[in-house]
Amino acid sequence: MKLRTFKKGIHPGEYKEFSHDKKIEQMPLPEQVYIPLQQHIGAPCEPLVKKGDTVKTGQVIGRSSAYVSAPVHASITGIVKAVDKFPHPLGMRVEMVHIERTGDEDDWELLSIPENWEKAPRVELIKLINEAGIVGMGGAAFPTHVKLNPPADKKIDSFILNGVECEPYLTSDHRLMVEYTDQILAGMNIIMSLLKVENGYIGIENNKPDAIEMMSKRVKDLGYSFQVVPLEVKYPQGAEKMLIESVLHRKVPAGGLPMDVGVVVNNVATAKAVADAVLEGKPLVERVTTVTGDGIVHPKNLLTRIGAPFNDLVEFCGGVKDETTMVFMGGPMMGQAQYDLSVPVIKAAGGIVCNTSKMITMVEHFPCIRCGACVDACPMYLLPTKLAKLTEHKKYEEAEKLGIQNCIECGSCAFSCPAHIPLVQWLRVGKMRVSELKRKQKAS
Amino acid sequence: MSERMEKNEKTTSDQSAEVSEKPKKEAPAPKPKKDPRDRLYKPKGRPLTMASSPYSQTKDNVPKIMWCVSLALTPAVIGAVVFFGLKAVFMISTSILAAMVTELVITRIRKQPDTLDDGSAFLTGLLLALTLPPTFPVSGCVLGSIFAIAIGKQIFGGLGCNIFNPALLGRAFLQASFPVKMTTWVLPRYADMNAYTGAVSPDAITGATPLGLLKYEKIFTHLKPLLIGNVGGSLGETSALALLAGGIFLLILRHADWRIPVGFLGSVAVFGGIFWMVDPATYPSPLFHLLSGGLLLGAFFMATDMVTSPITIKGTWIYSVGAGLILVIIRLFGGLPEGVMYSILLMNGLTPLINRFTRPKFFGEARA
Repeated sequence: MKLRTFKKGIHPGEYKEFSHDKKIEQMPLPEQVYIPLQQHIGAPCEPLVKKGDTVKTGQVIGRSSAYVSAPVHASITGIVKAVDKFPHPLGMRVEMVHIERTGDEDDWELLSIPENWEKAPRVELIKLINEAGIVGMGGAAFPTHVKLNPPADKKIDSFILNGVECEPYLTSDHRLMVEYTDQILAGMNIIMSLLKVENGYIGIENNKPDAIEMMSKRVKDLGYSFQVVPLEVKYPQGAEKMLIESVLHRKVPAGGLPMDVGVVVNNVATAKAVADAVLEGKPLVERVTTVTGDGIVHPKNLLTRIGAPFNDLVEFCGGVKDETTMVFMGGPMMGQAQYDLSVPVIKAAGGIVCNTSKMITMVEHFPCIRCGACVDACPMYLLPTKLAKLTEHKKYEEAEKLGIQNCIECGSCAFSCPAHIPLVQWLRVGKMRVSELKRKQKAS
Repeated sequence: MSERMEKNEKTTSDQSAEVSEKPKKEAPAPKPKKDPRDRLYKPKGRPLTMASSPYSQTKDNVPKIMWCVSLALTPAVIGAVVFFGLKAVFMISTSILAAMVTELVITRIRKQPDTLDDGSAFLTGLLLALTLPPTFPVSGCVLGSIFAIAIGKQIFGGLGCNIFNPALLGRAFLQASFPVKMTTWVLPRYADMNAYTGAVSPDAITGATPLGLLKYEKIFTHLKPLLIGNVGGSLGETSALALLAGGIFLLILRHADWRIPVGFLGSVAVFGGIFWMVDPATYPSPLFHLLSGGLLLGAFFMATDMVTSPITIKGTWIYSVGAGLILVIIRLFGGLPEGVMYSILLMNGLTPLINRFTRPKFFGEARA
């Protein structure tokens, strides 16, 4: 049978063998954590604690009154040492709450949960999910409660659980699906009843046969009506729009959102977080992160507290080899290089990849020979080479006309370019400039 | 955005100084407060490399593509040597040498980094030589190569910036400057003219190409000598088998877009076939069209030149089918027997326009 997939895209080396069969290990509680006050797209939180306060695990330490926002919680029990700017894995200094652990006890402050969630009012559950600070854990960190509460005029008929994990190296979602199957399915069930949809699909790439088998088996055992959809292995299938095309053959309109075609997509880690919050009252204070790459001594999948420094995780995995030249958060296609491993694990950190120069080679780049490889690869049907050139020559208006704002920054173009031109970087700059231009036009 | 090395010893003020040195001159950020966590972690004494994603890239690169195309021409080169002897070796090596020297001199004058190792000048010289008649003087090869590189490529700004295929432009220049020498042919060493046309014609012995024979003498050449290459013609175009072998090698490696040879050859077969069906006595069969002249060389190695062919898929079809149509018109109704060069050059000229009008619809874009 031909597996479902989307058109175009690329197939980079997978490198999942480092960690795909490593059981998820519980990290020891970190000595200290640094919790960024903004871990989501939307309004930043105001700190609710100050230096010297004692906090419990799960206590809210930052909150915003804005709708598109999610509170942040203390992830260990301890004393607040500082509320200040610290280095963030996305490359800037960000307001964070620095907590130092006191003693060995892990004193939880849980959310109050309804006795039977199925009878609880919908509004209350969505509020609970918001209170738990749940955001999309696949990378974009969009507050989940907003996604689960679509405007009334958008009719949602399908839900897709995203177990694709198309980024090379990362295996955290894969392990979650194998080891926390029931929690994920419970979370999916909750999400679907909140959205009032009947059709549930679980998209998993075919390079995770054990996850496909496990999920299918438990779906049947537990009597759910979800459909597990094995997908062809291709990047960027984990992108919402591509996944919707792969699973349902629907195309999200340019500039639109999945709900415009009646679909909501959530990551498997997000589904598990929803189950933890609704069934156990646990706010989002921990996540599974893959620590991998050829530069790490013992690659592992770790269940770690949010805010734990990368250092701790790397040391727990036996440290990095001397030859390591690059460490990035996330996968090699869309991840972020790090220069300082004291940065904390954030809610959207799927992996820490440590590579030696064997894996990461700095290549010289050549002039564009207009081979069209980027055009063939772009899943959004753009002309990356042309957009990059327009950006280079500061022709932002023309770039906008050619659809630069549709770029999802997946990096397929830069990956496939034989001249090794940093196409996605040019497109990022172009998108930024176009947005600036638009803002200015609006203002004037 | 660029690779940035962060040294462990650096203090925060050093870092902000480094940031402000970046090309975009913006107001330097206010100095961050002294931070207790400025002890940067790094693997034993080695700074981590900064770069922007993706951190994984295709193993292909531009020189590899150029050298692969050159490699794919090996069967044609061997064919040229077999059929036309040492003169072929001499012409090919002189052309390549002249092209590379020209490239070197011009990049030096332009104060650009040397580009000889990217293989593009080598390829241009090689392709140019393969399109010349075996009788062509070696000094003419030098002239053609110089023109191809200087006017065909470097004047536009070097690799990737040219509009026309440099080798073909070089050939067009020679065709215009030495029209007689460019159309003087000899037979390959092992050819028996009477055997391959089946007609006893003393004129044929002078060594005309199959297309020339057809145009001026109305003599059809048999297909088998065409396939093997035992006919008159340019150095590299006579053996259809050698060109096919190289072309298929390129397609398998995906260093040539398969749509171009398919569209080009297919449209020649279709348009040529229409005329043939109307009047088989006057017009040659599609198979004759495909195997004669420089069509295979052009379709696999010239029209597929990435720089001068469209980047969009739809555009690639328009380009290749357009070239096929022009080729048939020139061959059947033009003053010259051969039309590959002009058909490709004309479509090269249209490529920017084709690119502009064949932009693919964005994902999810509604367009009438």
